[in-house]
Amino acid sequence: MFSSGSGNTVIKSKLISRRMFLLTVSKAVVVVGVLGRLISLQINESSKYKTLSDKNRFREWKLAPERGTIKDYFNNEIASNKQVYQIHLIPENTQSIEEIFFRLKTILNISDKKIFSLKKKIAKQKPWEPIIISDNLNWSEFSRINLFLHELQGVEPIVSVARVYKDSSSAHVLGYVSQVSEKDLKNKKYLKEKSVPGMVVGKTGLERRLDEEIIGEVGFQRYEVNAFGKRIKQIKVEQGKAGKNFKTTLDLEVQKFVAEILGNKAASVCVMDIYNGDIVSLVSSPAYDPNAFVHGVNRDYWNELINNDRKPLSNKAISGLYPPGSTIKTIVALSALENKIIRPLDTVRCKGKIELFGEKFHCWKKKGHGVMNMRTGIKRSCDVYFYEVARRLGVDRLSETAKKFGLGKKVLQDFFEERSGVVPNTSWKKKYIGQNWYLGETLHSGIGQGYFQSTPIQLCLMTAQIANGGFEIKPRILFDKTKNNLKEYLKFKNDNPDQPLPADLLVSNFDLTPLFKNQENIKIIKDAMYSSSNEPGGTSYRSRLEDKRFTFAGKTGSSQIKKFTEAQREAEVKQEQLKYENRDHALFIAFAPVSDPKYAISVVVEHGGTGSKAAAPIAKKVIKKVLERHSLRQSINNLPGDSI
Amino acid sequence: MFQPRSIQSSLTFKDKLFSIDYVLVFSILTLGIVSMFAMYSTDGGEFKYHTESHIIRFFVFFLMFFILSFVQIRFWHNTSYLIYFVFLILLIGVKYFGITSSGSQRWLSLYFMNLQPSELMKIGLILFLAKYYHRIPIESVNRLKFLFLPIFVLIFPVLLVVMQPDLGTALLIAFGGLIVAWLAGVRVKFFAYSTLIFISLLPIAISFLKPYQKSRILTFLNPEKDPLGAGYQIIQSKIAIGSGGLFGKGFLNGSQSYLDYLPEKHTDFIFTLFSEEFGFFGSIFILLLYGLIVSRIVRVGNMTRSNFGKLYCYSFATAFFIYVVVNMGMVLGLLPIVGSPLPIMSYGGSSMMAIMLGLGITMSCKIYKDMPVN
Repeated sequence: MFSSGSGNTVIKSKLISRRMFLLTVSKAVVVVGVLGRLISLQINESSKYKTLSDKNRFREWKLAPERGTIKDYFNNEIASNKQVYQIHLIPENTQSIEEIFFRLKTILNISDKKIFSLKKKIAKQKPWEPIIISDNLNWSEFSRINLFLHELQGVEPIVSVARVYKDSSSAHVLGYVSQVSEKDLKNKKYLKEKSVPGMVVGKTGLERRLDEEIIGEVGFQRYEVNAFGKRIKQIKVEQGKAGKNFKTTLDLEVQKFVAEILGNKAASVCVMDIYNGDIVSLVSSPAYDPNAFVHGVNRDYWNELINNDRKPLSNKAISGLYPPGSTIKTIVALSALENKIIRPLDTVRCKGKIELFGEKFHCWKKKGHGVMNMRTGIKRSCDVYFYEVARRLGVDRLSETAKKFGLGKKVLQDFFEERSGVVPNTSWKKKYIGQNWYLGETLHSGIGQGYFQSTPIQLCLMTAQIANGGFEIKPRILFDKTKNNLKEYLKFKNDNPDQPLPADLLVSNFDLTPLFKNQENIKIIKDAMYSSSNEPGGTSYRSRLEDKRFTFAGKTGSSQIKKFTEAQREAEVKQEQLKYENRDHALFIAFAPVSDPKYAISVVVEHGGTGSKAAAPIAKKVIKKVLERHSLRQSINNLPGDSI
Repeated sequence: MFQPRSIQSSLTFKDKLFSIDYVLVFSILTLGIVSMFAMYSTDGGEFKYHTESHIIRFFVFFLMFFILSFVQIRFWHNTSYLIYFVFLILLIGVKYFGITSSGSQRWLSLYFMNLQPSELMKIGLILFLAKYYHRIPIESVNRLKFLFLPIFVLIFPVLLVVMQPDLGTALLIAFGGLIVAWLAGVRVKFFAYSTLIFISLLPIAISFLKPYQKSRILTFLNPEKDPLGAGYQIIQSKIAIGSGGLFGKGFLNGSQSYLDYLPEKHTDFIFTLFSEEFGFFGSIFILLLYGLIVSRIVRVGNMTRSNFGKLYCYSFATAFFIYVVVNMGMVLGLLPIVGSPLPIMSYGGSSMMAIMLGLGITMSCKIYKDMPVN
C-alpha cells in the first residue's frame, strides 16, 4: 500500500513537473509579448504618445494681434486702432447656455436672431473656445455687464483693440477690414495659423494688399488643463506681435480737401509726383464709412451702399474704366510726331465734320475750327484734326505709344480691385472680338472713344510721364526712401549744361527708361497742353491759374456714353439737358507748375458733362492745394535728390 | 514515513525562521514599498486617504502573510475544503447581503472593511482542487466520474461571480481551477471539449451580458472608434505609458494621471501610472519583481515534497502570473478591459488579502517542505 502509494506519488509528482514545464514555456512566450508591447509603446512610438499626452495636457487660447497702423506722408495715422469693449463667452464654463443668453438679453440689447446664430456657432466649435457675444459695447453697457458679472459664469469682459479710420476720404485706397470669412481662410495661406475669434482681415484696398504683414503675430495663452477641461495652471503666455506699421505717400490734408470738393459726385481724383511716382492723393467718391465694416456691417447700410447707382464701394480711381476721350489726343499727337507722320505745323481744315466711306465723323464744334495745326488742335481739342492724324497714324502705332505711356496695364501692383483697361489695336480686336479692324474705328480711337478704356490712375501716370520729359516712373503708394534716379539725372543735367555725353548715354547712366524717340516731341506736346489751359480759346482756359507758382498745363476730355442722334446734334442739345446717366463723363489731365513741373493730376467726373466745365475746375483747386503743400512735403522727409 | 514527520515536528522556531524564502519576502516588501509611492502619486503627491489605507493594508496583510507562513502545511491540506466552503458561503452571502456599487454587487460589508469574497475564491478554488487531485489516484484523474466534482466546484463560484456581474474576476477564478486540473494530468481533450462547449455557449452567454460588458469587448476590438466613450480608458492608458518613454516623466510628474486623464488609476491602472512616471526602465523593474516572485513560488513548488504543496504552489504561481499578465495586457491595450487588479500594487483590500493568503500558504509549503500532509 505504501509502496504503491509512494510510487503513485512519485509518478504524479513527475507528471505535475512535466506539465509545469510546459506552463513555464508558455509563460515565457507571454512575457515576451508583454515586453514587446512595452518596447513598442515606450520606445518605438514614444514620441507619438508624448505628443498625444501634450495635446491632452495643454490647451491654447489664441489672442488676436493688434493690426499695424497706416500713416500718411506726414505721419498722420490714417488707419489706427482704438480701444473697444467686448464680451466673450466660454461655453464650457457656463452652467447653462440658455440661462446665460436669457440674462444677457435682459442686460444688453441682443436680438433673438443674433442669439440664434451665436448658438449655432457654439454648437460648431469646441466648448472651450470663446465666442464673441458683442464686440463693440459702449461704456455704459460694458459697465453694466461688469456689475452683473458674478451672475454670469462663463462671460468674460474683454478690453480689446479694433481698427478705426479717422475719416472716409481715404476709404477706397485704404480699403476696409472685416471678420475673417470661410473663403478667406481657404484662399489665404498666411491666415491658417492666425485664425482667432474676433480677428479681422483686410478685404479691399491697402488693408487687403498689406494684410499679411500688417495683421501681426497671434499671441496665445497656454494652460494645463485636466480631463474635465478645468485650467490647472498657466504654462506660457505669448503676447502677440502687433502688425507692421506702414507709411504711405498720401497726404491726408489733400485727401480731405479733395473729398470735400468731390462731395457726393461720382468722381475720382488722382495726384502723382511726376519724378518718383509717389501718389499724393487718390480719392474716389462718393465714399463709404470704412468704420462700419469693422464690427460687421449693418444690413441696411450695406444695402444702401450696393443699391447706390454712384457705386460708393468701388474705387473709381483704379477700377473705374472710362474712354479717355480727348485726353488721349496728347498721346495721338505724340505718337504721330514720334513716327514722323505729321510735322507740328502741318495743317488740317476742320469744317465740323468729315466723311469717310459714307460715314460722318463729327467734331464737337458743329461749325468747325477752321485751319488747325498740332498746337491749336490740342488747344481747342479739334476732333477733325485728330481724325486726320489718327487716320494717317493707324491704330497699331497709336496703341504702341499709348501702352508705353502706361495705358492698358495695371499701374499699382497687388491691388486686387485695380483693372487694366483696354488699348485697342487690330490684333486685340481680332483676338477678343473676332473681327477685322475698320478704319472708322481708328478715327474713334484717335479721339479716345470706341474700344478705348482707361482708369483715372493710368491717365495720371500718362500725364506724369509726359510732364517729366518722357521717362518711365513706377507709381507707388507706400513710402519709399530709395534714391530717385530721375531727379538726380535732372539735377545733374541742370548743374552740367555742357555735358559732353550724348543724351541717351547719360540716360542709361542713371538707369532711366526713356519713353520717347526724340525728346523735342514731348516738349511740343507739353507746350500744346500749356496753350490749352492758358491761352484764350483753350478748352480749359476758364479754369487757368494765373499765379506763376500754380500755372498748370492740361487737357480736357469728355467721353461719350451715348452717341448723339442727328436730331440732338441739330438742336445743339447741351449736356445739362440730358438725363444724368446719359451725360458724358468729364475728364481732365494736367501737370503743374508749368515752369517746373512737379505733379500730375487726373480728374474724372462720371456723367459730369464736359471736361472743361466739370473736371477742370476741380483740378484747378486741387493743384493749388497740392502745390501750396509742396515745400512742406519736401521738408518733412529728407529724401535724396529732393531739391532740383 | 513516520520518521520525517517527527523530524518536521521537531523543527525549532529558529529552523523555521531560517527556512523562510527571504528573497520572496524581500521581493514582496519591495513591491509593497513601490506600490506605496505609486499610491502617493495617485493622491497627487499628498498623503491622503488612498495612500494611507494602502500602507495600512499592506502592512496588516504582510503581517498576516508572515503569521500564516508558520501554519503547518497539514493544516492547509486538512482545511482546504472547509476554506473553500467558507469562501463559497461568503460568495453566496454577497448575493443576498452584498453592497452594490457602480452597477455590480461584489462586496460584503464587514466592520472594518468591505470584503470582496470573489478575490478570496481565487485562492479557495486552487486550495480545494489541489487537495482533491492530491488525494485521488493518478489513474482516476481522467475518469469521468472524478471530473464531475472539479467541474462543479469550479462552475458554481464562477457563475456566482459572473452574476454579480464581474466577468474579469470570474475568468481569473476559472483560470486558477483549470490550471490545477491541467497540472494534475487532466487530458488535453477535456480542455478541448470544454473550450468547444464554452464557445458554443458563448452566444447565449453574451445575450446575458450587460450592455456595458458588451461594449467593453467591442471597444477592445477597436478602441479608436469611440475615443471619448468606451475606448477612452484604453487610449488614455496607452498615451500615458507611451509618453513615459525610456525614463519616464519623473515621480509625481505623470501628467496623464494627475490631470485625471487616467481612469481608475488607484486600482486597475496603477501600472500605467507607474510606467508613465518611471518609463520603460520602471516597467521592466516591475516586471522583474513579479518575475522573481513567480519564480520563487515555483521554486517552493519544486522543493516541497507533497503533491498537494506542488500542485498548490505551481497553480498559485501560474495564477499569480496570469493576474499580472492580464492586468498589464489590459492597460497596454492587448486585452479588453476586464477589471482585474495588479497583485500587491493595486489599491484594494480583498485582493491584497487574497494574495497575501496565497503567499502565506506558499511560504508554509517552504517551511514545512518535507512534511507529509496526510
